[in-house]
Amino acid sequence: MTEPISLQPDETFVLNVGPQHPATHGVLRVKMTMDGEYIYNAETVLGYIHRMHEKMAENRTYPQFMPNMGRLDYLSAMAFNHGYALVVERACGIEVPERAEYIRVITVELNRISSHLVWLGAYVLDLGGFTPLMYCFDDREQILDLLESVTGSRLTYCYFRFGGLYNDIDDDFISGTRAFIKRMRKELKMYAKLVTGNIILMRRLKDHGPVDQDMCQRYGATGPVARGSGINYDVRRNEPYSVYPEFDFEVPVYGECDSYARYLVRMDEMEQSLRIIEQALDKLPDGPVNPKKKPKLIKPPPGDYFAAVETARGNFGIRMVSDGSKNAYRLKLRSPTYSNMHLFDEACRGMLIADALAFMGSLDLVIPEMDR
Amino acid sequence: MKIQEKTKEALSTLFADLPSSEPEPDDAEEGEKKPVPRGNGIIEQDYLLKGFHLDVQLESEQLLEAVQIIFDLGYYLESITGVDWIKDDQLEVVYDFSRYDFDLCRTVLRTRLPRSAPQLPSITPIYTGASWHERETHDFFGIIFDGHPHLVPLLLPEDADFHPLLKDFKA
Amino acid sequence: MSLTLFNVVLAVFIAICFVGANAAYLVWCERKGAGLFQRRPGPMENGPWGLLQPPIDGLKLMTKQLLIPGGVDKAIFMVAPVLAMFPALISFVTIPFSNSIVAHPIDVGVLMIFAFAALGSMSLLVAGWGSRNKYSMISSVRAVSQTVAYEIPLMITTITIVMISGSLNLGDIVQSQLGGFWHWNIWPLQKQVGFNLLMPISFLILFVCSVAETNRAPFDLGEAESELVAGFHTEYSSMGFGLFFMGEYANIVIGACLTVILFLGGWSCPIGDLGFFPFTHNVGWFLLKIYLIIFVFIWIRWTFPRTTIYGLLNLSWKYLIPISLFNLLLTAGLLKVF
Repeated sequence: MTEPISLQPDETFVLNVGPQHPATHGVLRVKMTMDGEYIYNAETVLGYIHRMHEKMAENRTYPQFMPNMGRLDYLSAMAFNHGYALVVERACGIEVPERAEYIRVITVELNRISSHLVWLGAYVLDLGGFTPLMYCFDDREQILDLLESVTGSRLTYCYFRFGGLYNDIDDDFISGTRAFIKRMRKELKMYAKLVTGNIILMRRLKDHGPVDQDMCQRYGATGPVARGSGINYDVRRNEPYSVYPEFDFEVPVYGECDSYARYLVRMDEMEQSLRIIEQALDKLPDGPVNPKKKPKLIKPPPGDYFAAVETARGNFGIRMVSDGSKNAYRLKLRSPTYSNMHLFDEACRGMLIADALAFMGSLDLVIPEMDR
Repeated sequence: MKIQEKTKEALSTLFADLPSSEPEPDDAEEGEKKPVPRGNGIIEQDYLLKGFHLDVQLESEQLLEAVQIIFDLGYYLESITGVDWIKDDQLEVVYDFSRYDFDLCRTVLRTRLPRSAPQLPSITPIYTGASWHERETHDFFGIIFDGHPHLVPLLLPEDADFHPLLKDFKA
Repeated sequence: MSLTLFNVVLAVFIAICFVGANAAYLVWCERKGAGLFQRRPGPMENGPWGLLQPPIDGLKLMTKQLLIPGGVDKAIFMVAPVLAMFPALISFVTIPFSNSIVAHPIDVGVLMIFAFAALGSMSLLVAGWGSRNKYSMISSVRAVSQTVAYEIPLMITTITIVMISGSLNLGDIVQSQLGGFWHWNIWPLQKQVGFNLLMPISFLILFVCSVAETNRAPFDLGEAESELVAGFHTEYSSMGFGLFFMGEYANIVIGACLTVILFLGGWSCPIGDLGFFPFTHNVGWFLLKIYLIIFVFIWIRWTFPRTTIYGLLNLSWKYLIPISLFNLLLTAGLLKVF
């Protein structure tokens, strides 16, 4: 579908892709003004799951707020934990031991793979293929079992502490992870044949959902959305934190700007995460997972601090304003889905509703993260 | 480092009439109980400590010009947020910008507004993505953005008239 | 068969029982098949291998409250599920299960099946329009345009076979294919069909059109669950939904029957009539063949994602219709020559 069609503004009706809908990945409402099956205009209405985490941060001490970070983006909770731990450690000057840094990287990357597996299953389900969902969830179970044995939770992790971790990993985890990496590599080959190479899927995704670089800059889109448009931006590479400079991994970037490019970016990212985990397991040093000297009460010096990490959806930024007390004065959470979703209103004009929902799936939205 | 210099140079045209363009950073004054409120100007911060490179404070009238300079230099809008300094009776609006390329420079723009009449021009004509961020800041703090196309509550209910993140808000 | 009242009632009763049993247990087959393709067991709880699942589902559907949304035109709303189920039931009357098992042999059997299939597409329209719901309306518009587009290659392919067999009577079409699998219409190996090499292509076109006519994935845009909630049957609950469901499976059986009769030799045994059971031409082969075709329907549903509406319509109008028309003309020419 390449030729633009002329939409009639006076023959439109409003279709409410309402808060309860199988395809909106959470409680999101999009008021679409449609001309037949083409979208004339779309307006996103958010706030259905807004829980005001930022006010909660002001009423809790820094360690007490850590579990909230797992509830923001429940699919990629480790990275959110990491961002919060990073900003507080930066402010207070707490040193993290080497072993803890490596384990942090391993768990964040495992979480990234499980988040991408959910995205893959749900996306192909939206497009009508019911089977890959089951396969993806089967693989994800392996990751969830591994992480549960170490962190105690399957989904909303609260594993990191300021300066280190809650718990050290054991040999079962290491051998389980190595077995998982072997299994996942085979599964990725299967997904490439079954899903990525499927001609119906390619026809639906190629040349649909164009998001160009100028649009990304104006909206602040990051993550696979930006990398599918040719922007080579990954916080792990551009602004290295933790021990990421030690690893040799590629950042997949595809320049076609369509849904298929974003799809391929995420599939390649899973392979690269496996590489990072392998290298981290090989290089894992011995030692403690918590620093020897840790302040009893976390009271960062007054001022404002910023940290950014790469979650499965993009650049999660956290800005902390401290006034020296044990509660944060202001904690701003910059969620990647918020900026990515904003593209939708502009990009979906003139699309068919089926294509618009396929585009929404390629943005990989998690609504609780968007609404905070 | 190059883009940091370029940005600093481009932005310092806005502060040409200030006595010095580098007021002392407040974290140098350790002995004081109350930090001295900083004036307008550009400060270069230590990235490893603070997490951003350039810290610029401006008047609300200079905002659009500064944002246009930053847009032309290729920054993307990271977030817009507010901070309620109830003790100074001021609201501060903080704009975060970052870059996509390897020439990293995180720039922060801030303006201070009186708490009783917080008004600011909207940067939506330059960065379309600011639309949602400004609506959210309006929701939480009550700041009015002039020129915003659709300043209705985004995250709070449509008929909300309270502003939760103000320090004197009691639920 | 003499047309006494008793015979007619018995025939209708048997047809309804067959359709009902098929509709119910095809759901079971589908769910077990889905489980097979998705690495999970499928229904296991009710009865051995989940075999009691369909009656219990039927019981559940019957005990649910029959909700009629406010403001709908009640007559149209209530008629739609009946219209979905009715054509399939009627079409069964004319399908020959074997040489002697046919409810009522009609000389224009093919024509009758197509007439009632068209009626089935009307049920989609009526359901979507009568539901007073924008999603249902969009979905029924899609479903009707899809049905119309795919009826055409279906009919053209059937006309090709009718030309070869020389009769519209389904029993006669099968009679011309008896005697071993090389006589089947799918292979062009008989002198009278003129050695037309495009016959397997015709079979594929018929198969694809059957899948599309019955609104099965990958052509299930009418009920594209993730886009339009449940499409044209969103507003139906309890037995209204149950009737749509059963109607869909009954249509699948009709589609499979048609495919088998037209191309795969109906009730004929693949190695010819050897005189002793089971290698005679009997109903067992017919049932085996239709269930194999239905298994392929299920396999396709759980493997492929959905096409877009314009992809679907393009496939029919730009590819299937020209190819089947060409085949028709070629067959006509070859028949004239030979």
